[in-house]
Amino acid sequence: MTSTTAAQVPVPSTPRAALETAVVRNWKAPVAFGIFSVLAFLLLIVFGRTGTTTYRLSTESDLIQLPVIPADVQVVSISITVLMVAITAVAFWFTWRARRTPLWLVSIFAVLFVIGFLTWAAAGALIPIPGLLVGAVGLSVPLIFGALGGVISERVGVVNVAIEGQLLAGAFVSAVVASVIKDAFFGPLLGLLAAVVAGVLVAFVLAAFSIKYFVDQVIVGVVLNVLVVGLTSFLFSKVLAPNAALLNSPPRFPRLPIPLLSEIPILGPVLFRQTIIVYIMYVAVAVVWFALFKTRWGLRLRSVGEHPQAADTVGINVNSTRFWNVSLAGAIAGLGGAYFTLGSVGAFNKEMTAGAGFIALAAVIFGRWDPIRATMAALLFGFASNLQGVLSAIGSPVPSEFMLMLPYVVTILAVAGFVGHVRGPAASGKPYIKS
Amino acid sequence: MTTTTNLAPGQLPNEVEPPSRAQQVLRDIMGGSAVISVLAVVLALVASAILIVLTDEGVQQASGYFFSRPGDTFKAIWDAVAGAYSALFQGSIYNFRVDGFAKGIKPFTETLTFATPLIAAGLGVAVGFRAGLFNIGGRGQMLVAAGAAGYVGFAWPLPFGIHLIVAVVLGMLAGAIWGGIAGLLKARTGAHEVIVTIMLNYVGFYLISFLLHTPGALQAPGSSNPKSPAMLETAIFPKILGPSYNLHLGFVFAIIATVFVWYLINRSSLGFKFRAVGANPNAALVAGISVKNVYLYAMLISGALVGLAGVSQVLGTVTTGFTGGIDAGIGFDAITVALLGRSKPVGVFIAGVLFGALKAGGYSMQAAQGIPIDIVLVVQSLIVLFIAAPPLVRAIFRLPVPGSTSKRAAKLAATKAVAE
Repeated sequence: MTSTTAAQVPVPSTPRAALETAVVRNWKAPVAFGIFSVLAFLLLIVFGRTGTTTYRLSTESDLIQLPVIPADVQVVSISITVLMVAITAVAFWFTWRARRTPLWLVSIFAVLFVIGFLTWAAAGALIPIPGLLVGAVGLSVPLIFGALGGVISERVGVVNVAIEGQLLAGAFVSAVVASVIKDAFFGPLLGLLAAVVAGVLVAFVLAAFSIKYFVDQVIVGVVLNVLVVGLTSFLFSKVLAPNAALLNSPPRFPRLPIPLLSEIPILGPVLFRQTIIVYIMYVAVAVVWFALFKTRWGLRLRSVGEHPQAADTVGINVNSTRFWNVSLAGAIAGLGGAYFTLGSVGAFNKEMTAGAGFIALAAVIFGRWDPIRATMAALLFGFASNLQGVLSAIGSPVPSEFMLMLPYVVTILAVAGFVGHVRGPAASGKPYIKS
Repeated sequence: MTTTTNLAPGQLPNEVEPPSRAQQVLRDIMGGSAVISVLAVVLALVASAILIVLTDEGVQQASGYFFSRPGDTFKAIWDAVAGAYSALFQGSIYNFRVDGFAKGIKPFTETLTFATPLIAAGLGVAVGFRAGLFNIGGRGQMLVAAGAAGYVGFAWPLPFGIHLIVAVVLGMLAGAIWGGIAGLLKARTGAHEVIVTIMLNYVGFYLISFLLHTPGALQAPGSSNPKSPAMLETAIFPKILGPSYNLHLGFVFAIIATVFVWYLINRSSLGFKFRAVGANPNAALVAGISVKNVYLYAMLISGALVGLAGVSQVLGTVTTGFTGGIDAGIGFDAITVALLGRSKPVGVFIAGVLFGALKAGGYSMQAAQGIPIDIVLVVQSLIVLFIAAPPLVRAIFRLPVPGSTSKRAAKLAATKAVAE
């Protein structure tokens, strides 16, 4: 879909060597817009629904109460479809002029599509927007921690398929430690610390096998996931389940509303009435991004992942850099595991991470190995799965399985290159054998 | 052995004979892959024994008064481990508690029944490995294959024989398509097959879940459970050892598949291309092999073989109607089977039987000793971890590195070189 036209500058009067300018037109964005516009047309107009969808923007405990917004489904459907077609036309114009489709246009397009779909799917029902978004953030937290771990690990050159295992180990250990300590304040905190340790231990095995023994990193990751599933399930059935009161009833973190910020309409309840793990997550995203791209540590880390020989030549110890950063990645992923037990559910259960680690891995790739983009991708996945929950609760016309499938299909399309060319760190997955 | 009295002409008096050929062969066997595999199994069983002991109530009670009567603790440890592993043996190989060979050997036929899908799916993953592809999509491929074969099995009334063949072929075709998507995307767009197959697992799972509670698709008529109707008699794999054993025709298919993969990999030109691409895609490309086609064909064949595992589950093992859990984790177990078998057809077959034995024995361990079946996952993953890192196993058992000569022989060679 990429057409390259090598156009010679038409200056016939000058006999000198003609300058060649390559005009690259990437038609992926407008074509994708076109497909989605057709989809919107089919869904919103051809199979259009009637009625009113009501959006509630405030929770009952908010200081500032926003009015409830009723939206007529037909009006919204038609106007959104028209807008989407218009944006598609603009995208074609941009591409024809050999300019890239700006990101803000993509964002507006995506938001429009989501609003249109939501209004259509929930015709005749009420959608609590803060509830929808709070749930989305909640489901995203472990994905974001896992994705941050994945980004660090892959940036330093070790493919981290073991995110799932790190999350599960973190969830298990934090539940046990918090239950044993019992204290409502120190229990969860020490549980969080224990989750970090558990994540690091899993990462140690990954690092040792892939860096010292040069075992294929993907294989170690897959096997580690099986090992952690086996160990935690075994211990759960054998030890935790018979002694649930002593070992598997952890106190959870309380929600800590941040004064003032938590009263911002819509954003306040979503972002600033959360548990401490979520606040740690905000800090972690920012710190990882800053450290990765603005500090010496980050530069070294990325150089080891991109070109270990070069890094070695300038005196960076490739294998120790990899070892410690993979361990750090495990620590971060372990925190995400603690969210399952100390943040949301409470008690540990067999395989309670349910593939979150693999979605986090998808978010890493979807987010092109960038902490901020990976966070966005994780939020998107969290939003999609929560949307499914909300829509099946109010009885949507789309079977819930297709909503659940959506993040995975989107990832396949993303990886296959319809969204953009995805290129990981050059040396990721390759052991460095010093010659 | 090294005393040399009769000196050959030109031989130095302090020189010793180089190690005999037999000795060198012995060293290679000791350091080689077969012994590593056996030792890895031993290590994994030892590690699991430790886990069993640590969580055993009897041991915990006895260790409470360890210093007054240490013998009790050791007895409890022995009881726990011996009980567990004898249950494992009696559940998977031969049951001594019943009379007669015909009944006693039943656990072994159960092992082979459990091994059937593991072998088929393991062969599929192994074919991928040989072409340098990592097929983690076993779950999705098994599910769509089970869905397709199951649909043919309960919805199309066909004559005996033809019905079975049509169901098997369509099931394998569905698996091949699901695997082929990953191959096609890898060939055309460079999408990493690991990510695509993981994602296709979920897509396949939700697709089958949707079909399973859609009336008219896979759901049993008049039922609200996400479960299919029972298979028709004509589509069910016949029991090959008579009705008193569960071993079904699927095992024969697994043997045929093993022979087929052996021929494909070792004797066919396509298999040669697979191995060439697996060893070095760039060199293969220079040699004129279409790497893209190899990716596609390898994933198609891989998916079809994994699909056979799904077919065998639905037409052989669980014939009363299937749910979304029909894959029973075999798609992931297959990876460990392929790794343990070192991606060689016969190796995969043996590894499949071993893991089948672990599964069959695991259930009897759970029933007899109250040890959760999840211990099998621990054993499996530890086996593969140890096998994947031969230096670790060699370090634990102080084995020689294959290909190397003993220190003495190396010293000998050095002195010889100096002398000359």
